[in-house]
Amino acid sequence: MTTTVAAVTEGTDAPYALSHLDSLESEAVHIFREVAGEFERPVILFSGGKDSIVMLHLALKAFAPAPVPFTLLHVDTGHNFPEVLEYRDRTVARHGLRLHIASVQEYIDAGKLRERPDGTRNPLQTVPLTEKIQAERFDAVFGGGRRDEEKARAKERVFSLRDEFSQWDPRRQRPELWQLYNGRHAPGEHVRVFPLSNWTELDVWQYIAREGIELPEIYFAHEREVFRRAGMWLTAGEWGGPKESEPVEKRLVRYRTVGDMSCTGAVDSDATTLDAVITEIAASRLTERGATRADDKMSEAAMEDRKREGYF
Amino acid sequence: MTTTLTEQASATTLLRFATAGSVDDGKSTLVGRLLHDSKSVLTDQLEAVERASLSRGQEAPDLALLTDGLRAEREQGITIDVAYRYFATPKRRFILADTPGHVQYTRNMVTGASTAELAVVLVDARNGVVEQTRRHAAVAALLRVPHVVLAVNKMDLVDYAEPVFAAIAEEFTAYAASLGVPEITAIPISALAGDNVVEPSAHMDWYGGPTVLEHLETVPVSHDLTGCHARLPVQYVIRPQSAEHPDYRGYAGQIAAGTFRVGEEVTVLPSGRTSRIAGIDLLGTAVDLAWTPQSVTLLLDDDIDISRGDLIVPSGDAPATTQDIEATVCHVADRPLSVGQRVLLKHTTRTVKAIVKDIPSRLTLDDLSQHPAPGQLVANDIGRVVVRTAEPLALDAYADSRRTGSFLLIDPADGTTLTAGMAGAAFTDGTATPDKAPAAAADDEGWDF
Repeated sequence: MTTTVAAVTEGTDAPYALSHLDSLESEAVHIFREVAGEFERPVILFSGGKDSIVMLHLALKAFAPAPVPFTLLHVDTGHNFPEVLEYRDRTVARHGLRLHIASVQEYIDAGKLRERPDGTRNPLQTVPLTEKIQAERFDAVFGGGRRDEEKARAKERVFSLRDEFSQWDPRRQRPELWQLYNGRHAPGEHVRVFPLSNWTELDVWQYIAREGIELPEIYFAHEREVFRRAGMWLTAGEWGGPKESEPVEKRLVRYRTVGDMSCTGAVDSDATTLDAVITEIAASRLTERGATRADDKMSEAAMEDRKREGYF
Repeated sequence: MTTTLTEQASATTLLRFATAGSVDDGKSTLVGRLLHDSKSVLTDQLEAVERASLSRGQEAPDLALLTDGLRAEREQGITIDVAYRYFATPKRRFILADTPGHVQYTRNMVTGASTAELAVVLVDARNGVVEQTRRHAAVAALLRVPHVVLAVNKMDLVDYAEPVFAAIAEEFTAYAASLGVPEITAIPISALAGDNVVEPSAHMDWYGGPTVLEHLETVPVSHDLTGCHARLPVQYVIRPQSAEHPDYRGYAGQIAAGTFRVGEEVTVLPSGRTSRIAGIDLLGTAVDLAWTPQSVTLLLDDDIDISRGDLIVPSGDAPATTQDIEATVCHVADRPLSVGQRVLLKHTTRTVKAIVKDIPSRLTLDDLSQHPAPGQLVANDIGRVVVRTAEPLALDAYADSRRTGSFLLIDPADGTTLTAGMAGAAFTDGTATPDKAPAAAADDEGWDF
């Protein structure tokens, strides 16, 4: 009646087995090499956050001992953590890479973008990003987005087609079968590529630990002056906080994600090592963005709307 | 089932699986139950689902909302694409391709099944094996998914009666086996009540097998690759030309099938030049042996002309190169595919011009009947096509190798992916019925997982 299998509890010592990290790494490397083989001007979005750091690490491995055949692009909101910018510049220098910067501040200073009343600059990144993609004629843009991050991303493709306005149309996305990625696009269009599509937050951290990848210090517990807003610990700074009604206090915190200071919250933590961070995450009952990103909470359809406009 | 660091951080394996079944079969509930009971639904996700359920006037949290991402679907209450879900237990990491089971969405199940090593087919215990069930079994067989699980759901509505389950399991197993599915496991469940999904059922002590999750955790994901045809499609040639590596020339790619070993003699297709493997670079580590699906860089003894799109194979085990391809396809685009149409064909790392010479037949998945000379294929059609390519390709039969036997047809005008193809003979002669032996003896040999 049923064809049963002998129950084998597979360790990774089985012949021809791969650990989950090896499988994910192999897949990501395959994606990087596909883009190198099929596109003229690829660029990696690099913010100095952990996902973009892992992306760069994978790209370095994919082409070693030759250099990475891509440049880097950072969309600088002007409200970045100094520790992260310092890490960014050090990394770029160490690997002899070329960094493009699209600056939100420059757009605001030039009157091309208006500051939002809430001081949040994440939504303002879209215009500088898309104009930089057009100006530099990038045809493939690597992003660190993962499908486990948010519901609208669960259906995102590894190769995500964008029109000349960088817009994402769910009806124009191509089915992806086997390992055959279709990157064909018209001049002016480009493809967003997500090599970490199938990774989870825990996979990323485990990989960082396994590979011994260095991260900006703000990912680990440290004392910081913070204040509470919208249920998050935010860092006091010139970006617009705190208000008079928001008392500042010194707390032991760390960041689970790194973005614009105005909407990236810290969590209480005493995890000062990678192992401690992984333990904390494995035990955590909150997803990464739910805990620390105000902008994803805007509405149930917030991310979907922003992706249509060209956000990553 | 708590996950501690020591359990989680130890190396686990990864299983990619797909689900098929309609809304009425309770598929969303099963998926929600798997995520929920394996502690993979996090507090804020559950809160968001509860909020959304309340605002729609639903009393209980609707677990289906966990997997419905796009606004159009939320408004229509349907799932219109493949959604990928991620969860883990201490034993294994899972990637679930959640595909809708409605008749119009064959292409989505084909997409989800294309990378799956296991497919879960859901049936309603009250309805048993229906046309849609046979369609799901056929897609799993067509895509060569190695393991199929039949989840007989809503057992609570048939008083947990063993004879009901046994009859459905027997009918399905006979049908799927006739299509060549090599391994079928039937499990009686109630997704709503939680019987045999994650926790063993207290109502069905007559069932001695694993729960759905136990089976997912223990099904083999690695296989003995000896005897598989080794294949490495070249993605990229790595040539640092630096002072440190003046002569390094590596052929980078992901091993599509089988194993490669240092010292082996290899042939490069389509040129037919031969050389010997001097070294294998596994992302910075020199190894003697590498296997699918590892991404590697091969170093050869001789400096021969190799570029992206070439295929490296063991000498003496090369596929024939051909410009005439016969295949079973699933049409995935909204615009049709017609005889005489000029297309691009993407096979492994090579894309060539091609023309659709003939569409001999269209297949009805419900009863596997063939309709000769349909003239064109429309979205969700399965059919046979004959394609002539501008250049020779080294294709395997899809039955032998999923990665080197599969291809896409692409519209050269705008790059739309039109058709997903599986090279080689049809997997059925169109007359397979549950009480008849399959036309071709289904042998497990040569299956590439």
